[in-house]
Amino acid sequence: MLLIHCPFCGPRSEIEFSYGGPAAPPRPDDPAQLSDADWVDWLTVPENRIGPVPERWCHSKGCGAWLTIVRDTRTHEILEVRHGA
Amino acid sequence: MAPERLTEGGRIDRRQVLRFRFDGREMTGHPGDTLASALLANGVRIVTRSFKYHRPRGIMGSGAEEPAALVALAGSAAQGNVVPTLLPLTEGLDVRSIHGWPSVRFDLGAVAGLVSRLIPAGFYYKTFMWPDWHLFEPAIRKAAGLAPAPDAAPEGRFETRNAHFDLLIAGAGPAGLMAALTAARAGARVMLVDEGTEAGGSLLARKIEIDGGPAMDWVARTVAELARLPNVTHLQQTTAWGWREHGLVMVQERAPGHPGLIERGWRVRARHVICATGAHERMLVFAGNDRPGVMLASAAQAYVNRWGVRPGQRAVVFANNSSAHEVARDLRAAGVELAAVIDSREGVEANDLPMRAGCQVLRSFGRMGLRGVEVAPRGGGGPERIACDLLAVSGGWNPAVHLHSQSRGSLRWDEGIAAFRPGCVAQSSASVGAADGQFGVADALRSGAQAVAAHLGVPVPDVPQVAKVPPYSIAPLWAVPGKGKSFVDLMNDVTLDDITLANREGYGAVEHAKRYTTAGMALDQGKTGNVNVIGILAGLQGKAPDQVGVTTFRAPYTPVSFGSIAGGKAGPSVLPFRHTPLTAWHMAEGAVMYEAGARWRRPGYYPRAGESFRQTVDREARAVREGVAIYDGAPLGVFAIEGPDALRLIEHACTARYGTLAPGMGRYGLMLTEDGLIFDDGVTFRLSQDRFVMSCSTGNAEAVALHLEKILQIDRPDWCVHVTNLTHQWMNATICGPLARLVLGRLTEMDLSTEAFPFMGLREGLVAGVPARAARVSFTGELSYEINVRPRDLPALWAALLKAGATEGIMPIGSEANHVLRVEKGFLSLAHEADGTVDPYDLGMGWAMARKKGDFIGLRSVLLRRASGRPRRELVGLMPEEPDTDTPEGAPITPGGQRIASEGLVTACVHSVSLGRRVGLALLVDGRARMGDVVQVRLPERCIAARVVAPVFHDPDGLRMRG
Ligand SMILES: [Zn+2]
Repeated sequence: MLLIHCPFCGPRSEIEFSYGGPAAPPRPDDPAQLSDADWVDWLTVPENRIGPVPERWCHSKGCGAWLTIVRDTRTHEILEVRHGA
Repeated sequence: MAPERLTEGGRIDRRQVLRFRFDGREMTGHPGDTLASALLANGVRIVTRSFKYHRPRGIMGSGAEEPAALVALAGSAAQGNVVPTLLPLTEGLDVRSIHGWPSVRFDLGAVAGLVSRLIPAGFYYKTFMWPDWHLFEPAIRKAAGLAPAPDAAPEGRFETRNAHFDLLIAGAGPAGLMAALTAARAGARVMLVDEGTEAGGSLLARKIEIDGGPAMDWVARTVAELARLPNVTHLQQTTAWGWREHGLVMVQERAPGHPGLIERGWRVRARHVICATGAHERMLVFAGNDRPGVMLASAAQAYVNRWGVRPGQRAVVFANNSSAHEVARDLRAAGVELAAVIDSREGVEANDLPMRAGCQVLRSFGRMGLRGVEVAPRGGGGPERIACDLLAVSGGWNPAVHLHSQSRGSLRWDEGIAAFRPGCVAQSSASVGAADGQFGVADALRSGAQAVAAHLGVPVPDVPQVAKVPPYSIAPLWAVPGKGKSFVDLMNDVTLDDITLANREGYGAVEHAKRYTTAGMALDQGKTGNVNVIGILAGLQGKAPDQVGVTTFRAPYTPVSFGSIAGGKAGPSVLPFRHTPLTAWHMAEGAVMYEAGARWRRPGYYPRAGESFRQTVDREARAVREGVAIYDGAPLGVFAIEGPDALRLIEHACTARYGTLAPGMGRYGLMLTEDGLIFDDGVTFRLSQDRFVMSCSTGNAEAVALHLEKILQIDRPDWCVHVTNLTHQWMNATICGPLARLVLGRLTEMDLSTEAFPFMGLREGLVAGVPARAARVSFTGELSYEINVRPRDLPALWAALLKAGATEGIMPIGSEANHVLRVEKGFLSLAHEADGTVDPYDLGMGWAMARKKGDFIGLRSVLLRRASGRPRRELVGLMPEEPDTDTPEGAPITPGGQRIASEGLVTACVHSVSLGRRVGLALLVDGRARMGDVVQVRLPERCIAARVVAPVFHDPDGLRMRG
């Protein structure tokens, strides 16, 4: 169980959080302008890296903040936590 | 007194007698005994039959390492697969042996030899490759199974705690106690846990002096000082059994000492962990090393010194290291005749002992227990028989690196002790004492003090004086070749031959060998045998043990009850129900309660005396179609969306257009995921320019809230808008049916005329004297008013509605009738039609896609999917050809009813009160092009023919709900 340092609430247990998936690049402003292939790439091709990976977590049973967390998938070490993207 | 109990010595209270039973025989023991020491004191040599070969087995260890003995407990403390060395003896224990049938002494399984032929090495690999392995599984389980789970729940309760400490110290032996003392004196918050009944670790079983007195006096002083310090939590019979990420250690407290509390699980976050977990003695591998009477040397020593039990009359000691010499002396001092000390190392001397250096035990003999051993010089020479009933063996010592390894710390092979030691740490921690391979007591005390001092940045304290002893020395002896079964894993009956076979068949990698043979996979997790397996594989492959490597040390370190993990989360408290303010009323009214998603409890239907299920549901549904009814809509998800960018958010998240809405009006829309699939649906009302109220499906409010907040906080932090989840602040009772306006008019001053309060309108005012928001939405297809009030006002509103409609026969309806009504109308239901695979066009809801407003979530993906032109499953209505035949929900529709891949599925089927027959909804490939076709719903034993029709069976133009 991870220990996540919420910038608003301090260190809290993983059970208070909801996982929001790996952090995607920013959503395109006008998806209609993208080619089909570019849209599919943005939507469905995650990196799945070994090592530090940015993820979204929501402190859903705490303050409700959506956080971006950089977590090392080998060690679970959390290298960075920030509010928002 | 029990026959093998010494008259004095040991840490038991002989003045008090505890009675217990083993396989029906009455026996006695004393406080301080474990079940194992009490059984041995009573002369019990055979406690179990082995798993595969049904060989008789006795107690071989004295603690967590016990590799052979398992028992079951009956009665109120019923429990299967109990390790007797870990269980403190208590009055009235009812102990049963396991595996043996009809008894452990005479076991038919062993006579027939059936079981062993069923389970060769590699059994799991070979068997599971058979096409029909599952046919064999039940028989194999029965023949080879462990004790069955008890029938009844235990008496008492479990609980869990969360705790935070500066230091967690696992193990209260010399190293752990010294570490705890150092940390406690420095003011750190310390948790000290130890699996034994009392602190002391190895000191409990050895005759060692500390500071010129018995070591246990030092232990007592230390424990007393720790008890006085408020910053110390010291728990015995408590095991740190798993170490997870971020300093989380799972701890099981087995004797919380609180009435009614069976065990307590702790989830401890520690800034720093000290692994003072000691070491495990290894078995030696030779023919017949499992015979009752063969025992780990350290266990034999513990039984005489700690428990005052003589484990045999005449002993042979067999070792490859120096630690067993002290054992030999202690056995002799306790009155055990010492026949020989067999040391496999050449040239080892000890003038006071009957030493045979450079020799080894070739095999043991004795039919139901040890009668003697055959000994020969390792260099060759004639074997000699030595009679004995106790063989104390020591194959060396393994630091208990389990906890360190679970934290993902690395291991390194130390040639000097022929064992794996902790290498690098992965989380803030240190291993001390024997757990670090420092087997001397003086070293243990010093390393415990040093590790804590270094971590806390305080001076290293003076440590107590310990008389000098010769340093530990070992020369590995991994296996003695010979005829007969030599066991490397006693609990799973894995032999030297099995390891050799695995290596020959290509499963020589240590992780493969483990799975192929199941060595190390029993309850003891191979604490006494795994390194022997590694040493044997290394020998077979001409490698060093560190080149073979170790298998992963997984949690739990010792068996853990589910109760101590689950704690109080048993029964309905695992996931508490959510009640509406009307739950009590529904239940008093005799409603059959359902779960409506997200643990909301809602009435399914309200049966009346003499009614069948169908009659009840028909009555309730007909009330809505023909008269008036009310239902409890409290769990409906409700959000306030407010701010200058509220409209932007709603139009971004939902498919419909809201900018054109006048205040006081609402519109139905769908919420899509970014991949263009339906995630939720609901009506959003505009209260004023920048204020909206959005509803979503019952049970989906949390998911919708997360989704909206993610948009606002991650993607669009620049938008000024607040989303407030009002699900628990506004709750509704919905009155519906053609007479709804008439009845509601008696309770409010609001103008309910269609002109003043049209369909999809929202009005605020008093209803039954309480402030309300009334909304004209309809999930039933009839005239309908959803009256939203504060939760505390809901019971009064409910009662007023029932009273106001009494002459019209108003009645409450449940979710069954609601389901009938919505199916008749073809309205989608989350998890039925909107099952996470469909987009709006699939459900014929292209009208809800306001494409002119520009981009919104999911649009790009919906268009991409439609552009592909691939066939989709589309929503259709189904009319079973036989009007009273049910097409079960979820049943597949297959082409021509063949047993081939389906072309759709039934999403709902109800008895329609409007049509007086069964009607259904389905998702069918290209369904809208197949109106009028007859399709086949495929059941296991037959097909049901059904005609494809439009998915609406009542009032297709929606005039009734708009009227
Ligand atoms: Zn927070």
